[in-house]
Amino acid sequence: MADTALDQLKRSGRIVVVGASLAGLRAAEVMREKGFAGSLTLIGDEPHEPYDRPPLSKQVLLGKADAERTLLPRRRDIDAAWRLGVAATGLDMAARTVKLADGEEVPYDRLLIATGVRARPWPNEVEAELAGVFTLRTREDGAGLARALAAGPRRVLVIGAGFTGSEIASACRERGLEVTVAERGNGPLVGALGGVIGAVAAELQRENGVDLRTGISVTALEGDSTGRVRAAHLSDGTTLECDVVVVGLGAQRNTEWLAGSGLGAGPRGIACDAGCRAFDLRGIVTDDIYVAGDVARSPHALFGYQFLSLEHWGNAVAQAETAAHNMMSESTDRRPHLWVPAFWSSQFGVNIKSVGVPSMGTEIMITQGSRSERRFTGVYGYQGRVIGAVTFDNGRWLQFYEKQIESTAPFPPPFTTVDRRPDGQRPIPADFPDPSVPTHGPTITLSGYSPAERRIATFTPAGH
Amino acid sequence: MRLVVDLNRCQGYAQCAFLAPDVFAMHGDEGLLYDPQAEEAQRERVAQAAAACPVQAILVDDLDRVATSSATAPSGAGGGTSDG
Ligand SMILES: Cc1cc2nc3c(=O)[nH]c(=O)nc-3n(C[C@H](O)[C@H](O)[C@H](O)COP(=O)(O)OP(=O)(O)OC[C@H]3O[C@@H](n4cnc5c(N)ncnc54)[C@H](O)[C@@H]3O)c2cc1C
Ligand code: SF4
Repeated sequence: MADTALDQLKRSGRIVVVGASLAGLRAAEVMREKGFAGSLTLIGDEPHEPYDRPPLSKQVLLGKADAERTLLPRRRDIDAAWRLGVAATGLDMAARTVKLADGEEVPYDRLLIATGVRARPWPNEVEAELAGVFTLRTREDGAGLARALAAGPRRVLVIGAGFTGSEIASACRERGLEVTVAERGNGPLVGALGGVIGAVAAELQRENGVDLRTGISVTALEGDSTGRVRAAHLSDGTTLECDVVVVGLGAQRNTEWLAGSGLGAGPRGIACDAGCRAFDLRGIVTDDIYVAGDVARSPHALFGYQFLSLEHWGNAVAQAETAAHNMMSESTDRRPHLWVPAFWSSQFGVNIKSVGVPSMGTEIMITQGSRSERRFTGVYGYQGRVIGAVTFDNGRWLQFYEKQIESTAPFPPPFTTVDRRPDGQRPIPADFPDPSVPTHGPTITLSGYSPAERRIATFTPAGH
Repeated sequence: MRLVVDLNRCQGYAQCAFLAPDVFAMHGDEGLLYDPQAEEAQRERVAQAAAACPVQAILVDDLDRVATSSATAPSGAGGGTSDG
């Protein structure tokens, strides 16, 4: 057999991965597994080896694990050159080089971009700098917040009741701390799961002693003479005394370093085709630049080819695997990233899981269990088919609904299910907020224009 | 020893909490909390837990090497592998 370009790449090519976290690491492992023997460089602006983030809002805040000890286990040796603690600051697509903050230029034959997202900061910079004000994305954030909670603050204020904010509030209550949650929307988790489930999440918070305030935004933070936060001013004119504030306003995609490169990268992420190849600004797919993880937005056949941006752990792993496979394959052997979105969260002792894209759903039906018992399955319908599902302590049902989503099964389900209750006989409106009115950051963002779909508009969550 | 549990896959069977209670613990009826960097002394128990997990959701450093099917030395030959 002739020595193909792919053979050469595998034998002696140069692969560069920018973003040394979950997606970057897993992709690197798969490349080696597929027989890549050339040079592999991992560039990460954090000074740490890849670590896992989900524990930072769970075990770590409960004091059951150390923020410094969540390094990701390796599936195999990747024999990589690590460039940690240095950011990529530019990309020259023509010269095929990545520019680093220290001035070095790293050449590549194939590039994988996995730069993820960062926490959206509190918009007022002076207030954001007050001691006691946190965001939660990195190991340092997790360590700092865990320390602040361990010190026994009198009241914690969480701004934004998305998944992260709700998990933080849950950890506070478990530690016996007073916590207020201020959410601009009408309930926790409504961006991701809609108002019906948001109402359950709201009850769950209040039952557990959270001072939940919905329809409220924080207008200003106030510091004392030593530069510590001491109070927050709310949109209803009241003032709340608090000594720790956690800003949970969603995330921003790390794409600024690609400005001017010609790659199709912007605030909504980096657009790529179903095979994880990045588009350039002109909408033409590149041959040698791939994307994976939170920073990517890719079209999904199961969801009307809309571009999905998923801030999901499982997506980062699956997309990294697909990107790496495709980077190491002839074009006919490439495969699409057709992972069905899946997510978990644990809060107030309840295990919340979802599959599919609930936020596309217009209706929801409680097919098993009951909301009042906090143990149920909710199935989301969109144009007569099953599009997503959520479970509260009912995770064993999820796989079944995942299959339903994959096979575009009809909604409402034409069969009855065990443990069907009176309130689950009929679908009800899922009650998602108008996407043009931003709440907190949802974990799935639909973007791109589909003429068949007018309800889901291009949507970038704005600042608070 | 580093470990991670794929909590999308985890079904809360608690098999791991039974075999390595110092590393894995149920939290609520279905949730699982674990220590992502357990003491080396726990390795044997964690290995048992990983092997016994009904959905194979636990990944531990090193132990899983055998699981990666074609994880031999990179050969460079024979392009177009389409496994996986
Ligand atoms: C507190 C918290 C809790 C979470 N809980 C859950 C959960 O329960 N379930 C779930 O499914 N998901 C959860 N997630 C989401 C999950 O952690 C992410 O989906 C996952 O980390 C995405 O991995 P990634 O590699 O794509 O991006 P990231 O983990 O964001 O990694 C990107 C890396 O690239 C680096 N980088 C950025 N720009 C540059 C640059 N220019 N040069 C070099 N490096 C750069 C970043 O610093 C970072 O290290 C949680 C996230 C957080 C923060
Ligand atoms: S044994 Fe596996 S499925 Fe059961 S709780 Fe542990 S990780 Fe989850």
